Amino acid sequence: MIRSYVAVGIALAVLVVGASASYTVGESEQAIITQFGEPTGDSITDAGLHFKVPFIQQVNYFEKRFLEWDGSPNQVPTRDKRFIWVDTYARWRIVDPLRFFQRLRDELGARTRLDDILDGETRNAVARYDLIELVRNTNRNGEDIPDEIVDEELEAILERIERGRAAVSREILARAATRTADLGIELLDLRIKRINYVAEVQQDVFARMIAERQRIAELYRSEGQGEAARIQGERERDLQRIQSEAFEEAEILRGEADAEATDIYAAAYGRDADFYAFTKSLETYEQVIDSGTTVIMGTDSDFLRYLDQAR
Amino acid sequence: MSFDDRGGGNEDDERFGRRNPYDQYLREFEAWRSRAMRSGKGLIWIAAAVVALVMAFSSMYQVQPEEVGVVVRLGKYVRTTEPGLRMKMPFIEQVYKIPVQRQLKEEFGFRTAETGVRSTFDTVDFNAESVMLTGDLNVAVVEWIVQYRVADPFLYLFKVRNVTGTFRAMNEAIMRQVVGDRTVTEVLTVGRQEIETRAEELLRELTTQYEMGITIEQVVLQDVNPPDPVKPSWDEVNQAQQQRDRMINEAQAEYNAVIPRAAGEAQQAVLEAEGYSLNRVNRAEGESARFEMVQEAYQRAPEVTRRRLHLETMARVMPRMGSKLFLDPDAGGVVPLLSLDGSRPAFTAPTPAPQPASATGGTQ
Repeated sequence: MIRSYVAVGIALAVLVVGASASYTVGESEQAIITQFGEPTGDSITDAGLHFKVPFIQQVNYFEKRFLEWDGSPNQVPTRDKRFIWVDTYARWRIVDPLRFFQRLRDELGARTRLDDILDGETRNAVARYDLIELVRNTNRNGEDIPDEIVDEELEAILERIERGRAAVSREILARAATRTADLGIELLDLRIKRINYVAEVQQDVFARMIAERQRIAELYRSEGQGEAARIQGERERDLQRIQSEAFEEAEILRGEADAEATDIYAAAYGRDADFYAFTKSLETYEQVIDSGTTVIMGTDSDFLRYLDQAR
Repeated sequence: MSFDDRGGGNEDDERFGRRNPYDQYLREFEAWRSRAMRSGKGLIWIAAAVVALVMAFSSMYQVQPEEVGVVVRLGKYVRTTEPGLRMKMPFIEQVYKIPVQRQLKEEFGFRTAETGVRSTFDTVDFNAESVMLTGDLNVAVVEWIVQYRVADPFLYLFKVRNVTGTFRAMNEAIMRQVVGDRTVTEVLTVGRQEIETRAEELLRELTTQYEMGITIEQVVLQDVNPPDPVKPSWDEVNQAQQQRDRMINEAQAEYNAVIPRAAGEAQQAVLEAEGYSLNRVNRAEGESARFEMVQEAYQRAPEVTRRRLHLETMARVMPRMGSKLFLDPDAGGVVPLLSLDGSRPAFTAPTPAPQPASATGGTQ
């Protein structure tokens, strides 16, 4: 009976010691061993089962993965005095757990330190550049801008930048990296997540946008009126042209006809103008004289000749 | 304690009513168990049994069709398993199930509730995701979604902490970078397709660079609007465009109403003139031909013809005359008084001349 209890006791002791002497490191973890609070040995970065001195030595785990840092939004003025909210994020990891442990202790410490460094460098960078350098990334080619873009927008987008978003981000990263060099941290990437106008500035920007749109609307309206007026003018001109050309043509035709008729008459009547005068006058008398006519004839007229005498 | 102590198997049979066909094995097990308990190792055996059960359960796991299983032994990665019922070492091996076939989605600027209805709550918070500056330093509100899949479960699990959080931050940064190179009009209207394509490209590059183990399927822009205070003036621009088109169309319609008709009328005038000219010329030819013929006949007997024509005309004309008066010029003294009110003229003759008497004697 006692033997069995002893056996159980020994087994338990072995288990406990065994448990304290071994530890696992996950694929996403790395560790250092501390002895009485002081680190010993190198960092352990391989995953799997490892062994240490039981009880005396402690395992301190650290992340091996890429970690995120999210900055708190900062209200910063740019070089051209525009107040904006800037929100950045960064990517970092612990490359030297030992140094990390010595300098920063844990992630909380790291976060505080990174806040200082990264926010600080971001503020500096923003103050060094105009807003356009932070918003834009590349310079646009005039050809690949759609035709719908005109005037102010076109001017604005064709404004050339020297650095651009990506370059400024790299600059912030480079400067911050020098400050994190001895912290056991590697800064891998930093990007601007958000840029927005501060509330008061936003109101002004909206007012400007509204005014711009209204101006464009006015442009369209007056374009329409102008074009409509032009078409009206065209209408009048074409009307006048058509009518006058027709009149001209008609008059010419009539004139030619009159001239031809005159020639025909002249040719015919000219052969015997006297006879023509005679017959035409007779015709005319016949047409003209009617019941309203009063005729006074002298007896010396040709017609009344035989009234007085016989020959 | 044990049923066996009380009697033979008959009692058991009665108790269980012959429902258990394995009662023989049960009896044997009971016999063995009682021996074990009597020897004091009972507890150990019970514990062993429990441990065996637990081990059995913890060594089997199921991987769903859209998943794979990532197996880790004592922290170290050993293998990836396909869908189905799988075995692993109990306790020392642990499995993470990752959905690699399922299409995952991240939304920006809005959230869709389960029922497919777009969430309208907390839009203020979502606004922060969607408000951004354009390349001409104007403001636009951009909503978009990203569809992606897990391509490399190992990377997805062990390379980046908080993949979703990092992914979302990347997305916002990239979308703002793309939008930041374009004018607000491009973003709202003509440049949408291009923005989606470019964002996809950049996102692919970056997820590879970040070793996140995900592959981007598609970036799709949703609602893209000017900010609320500015919206009415954008609508105004559209209206103005339509007004312009309408004014031009109206003017064109008026033109079309007037000009073709005028052209037709012009043609009419010309044709009428042509008709006139034909008329005139033909008449002239007709009249002159007639005259020529008469003139030729006249040539053959001029005096007589002349006399005849004259007298014939008079014969026709004289009867029609309203009032006729034959005067002898030698008579003199007759002053015609013409009444202007249109009645027949009256004559005052101071010395009436003896006209009938001078029918033969009067001289010219």
